[in-house]
Amino acid sequence: MMNVAKVLDAKGLACPMPVVRAKKAMDELQSGQVLEVHTTDKGAKNDLPAWAKASGHTVIDMKEENGVLMFWIQKG
Amino acid sequence: MTQPKKKTTIILFSGDYDKAMAAYIIANGAAAYDHDVTIFHTFWGLNALRKEAPVPVQKGFLEKMFAKMMPRGADRMGLSRMNFAGIGPKLIKKVIKKHNAMPLPQLIGMAKEQGVKLVACQMTVDLLGLKPEELIDGIEFAGVAAYLADASEGNVNLFI
Repeated sequence: MMNVAKVLDAKGLACPMPVVRAKKAMDELQSGQVLEVHTTDKGAKNDLPAWAKASGHTVIDMKEENGVLMFWIQKG
Repeated sequence: MTQPKKKTTIILFSGDYDKAMAAYIIANGAAAYDHDVTIFHTFWGLNALRKEAPVPVQKGFLEKMFAKMMPRGADRMGLSRMNFAGIGPKLIKKVIKKHNAMPLPQLIGMAKEQGVKLVACQMTVDLLGLKPEELIDGIEFAGVAAYLADASEGNVNLFI
């Protein structure tokens, strides 16, 4: 099990809010900590990994369950 | 880790609700990308920065006409397509709500909260007869040189 420092519930939010909220949540974490993001925005499938890469974070894992996308992103 | 931040600059020339919405969505996204973001409002784009309530100011005849004919604030702006004399914006706001997207006034608030620099072009503010007190708080007034200073270091520069 990975150590999740924070869970962000971004379900129901549309572009650009999942990324905006993820950035805010990530600002509160330390390098190496993991943020778990839940979203129902289908665009986030590409958006969150692109944002993570550009911001120096790493997407450790991602899965889809009942229409909810889940991401685990480690702060760089 | 202390590389200089990337920059995004957007010129908002259009006074259409949909185009302004696109501009502000990109601005908010860029801020989440940790860019320094500037939106430079000129001509009809300045209407996005107008206060909703009328502000009593001294104006000449032409300036009064402009003030009357232009939308007072982001929420009153029309659509670039399918405006249908004002019914279009009502419909789009319904759809925005349905899809849980953010309406333009909230996008502007979110941009301010994220530290996006909102600039009003002083020359067009004067041309359209707008007074600083008619525009929302927390904005800057500048000209082409200030825009170019930002844009020449910009990684993303858009004209909308």
